[in-house]
Amino acid sequence: MSTIPADLKYASSHEWIRQEDDGSYTVGITEHAQELLGDMVFVELPEVGDTVTAGEDCAVAESVKAASDIYAPISGEVIAVNEALEDSPELVNSDAYGDGWFFRVMPSDESEVDSLLDADGYQEVIDEE
Amino acid sequence: MASKTVLFNKHLESKAKMVDFHGWEMPINYGSQIEEHHAVRQDAGMFDVSHMTVVDVTGNDACAFLRKLLANDVAKLTVPGKALYGGMLDENAGIIDDLITYYLSDTHYRVVVNSATRDKDLTWINKQAAAFDVVVTERPELAMIAVQGPNAKAKAAQVFSADQNAALEGMKPFFGVQSGSLFIATTGYTGEAGYEIIVPEAEAEALWQALLDTGVKPCGLGARDTLRLEAGMNLYGQDMDESINPLAANMGWTVAWEPSERDFIGRAALTEIKAAGTQKLVGLVMEEKGVLRHDMPVFFTDAEGVEHQGVITSGSFSPTLGYSIAMARVPSGIGATAEVEMRKKRVTVKVIAPSFVRNGKQAF
Repeated sequence: MSTIPADLKYASSHEWIRQEDDGSYTVGITEHAQELLGDMVFVELPEVGDTVTAGEDCAVAESVKAASDIYAPISGEVIAVNEALEDSPELVNSDAYGDGWFFRVMPSDESEVDSLLDADGYQEVIDEE
Repeated sequence: MASKTVLFNKHLESKAKMVDFHGWEMPINYGSQIEEHHAVRQDAGMFDVSHMTVVDVTGNDACAFLRKLLANDVAKLTVPGKALYGGMLDENAGIIDDLITYYLSDTHYRVVVNSATRDKDLTWINKQAAAFDVVVTERPELAMIAVQGPNAKAKAAQVFSADQNAALEGMKPFFGVQSGSLFIATTGYTGEAGYEIIVPEAEAEALWQALLDTGVKPCGLGARDTLRLEAGMNLYGQDMDESINPLAANMGWTVAWEPSERDFIGRAALTEIKAAGTQKLVGLVMEEKGVLRHDMPVFFTDAEGVEHQGVITSGSFSPTLGYSIAMARVPSGIGATAEVEMRKKRVTVKVIAPSFVRNGKQAF
């Protein structure tokens, strides 16, 4: 089992977020999620400028096995999307916490971040599955 | 507790992710199903298919029995080793299983059936065999490895003995030969050249390792499914079952209607179905984003403006083509396009004969 990075926050629906220097948060799916989904074949991302709401689906990760909704872990405006996934969806498999990121959100309510899980909390979610 | 093939430990050595497949613990992939798929299309890959069931039919009535049992006609097989694909039907012309039959001699045929249908197949075969002078023998002590891909034969040749390579010299597709302890056949389930090798269990691990050592990549059931779908080959239980007749499963070519006096099981029912008309299995191609999947509804409108509905039986992403393909059972009369309902929207797809990739190339 892979280690869960301690510097990220997690949603129980298997997304992670990382705070960036400009105050925005990068969003991706966890190593555990990509393992469950298998080889990624398409990723549908939101558009820059879209407003996303915490807990609502805003992207789709489609693998050889299934299409899976991706939920926004926090609310805010999408300020960037990972265009590399258009041609290389396999980045989600090879580098879930790095080059396989999905999009970046400028939060509208920073307190939502506090309600997300830390690495230990997310580990418990996986263990209970 | 799921059954394990004799190659179970070899799969773990290659870091396989194991899943329960109809009661067998089988590798779904060894890391990346898409990489395994490409290995078979571009180089050479191998599959453990030891869960499949090998059945030998021997005796004076072997030919007569199989001519009754199968919708295809084993009397067409006159050269030893020649193989034949087709369905075993029930009285209603429903497909009990699809299988390959090898002609070894007039008194010895070998049949390879699916693992998921093993019990009902053997029950049915034994029941029908009672009226004939034949012996039906399951061969559970035999394992089976499929080596497939453009370089599969060359790599396998490095592993075979000189006698075996001599026996394979010039062998055409869809033949099998017993040489030494191996039964080697030019068959497969990928649309690529290669062999299916039936090997005694005691030798299977060594054969697997020898093939690994020549650079043949182990491939799991995931890649096997996308490869067979690209090749337009049916998967029993998904593209057809006992509720489906062969004409509605793109298996019309495997039904031998001549000679007309051959009374194979299901013939009378199938004759009526043919006269009345039935559904058909077509290929679907969707070049835009998204993946067609099993059970999605398919719609088309006929010349009178009446909408008809069918269903996707197998759908996936095609790693070779880079977009999604599917097989769908639809009413006859479908045109060049149709619509698939997926994730709350309808998407237009192209309708083709169900063959997408052959020998590494687009086939439509």
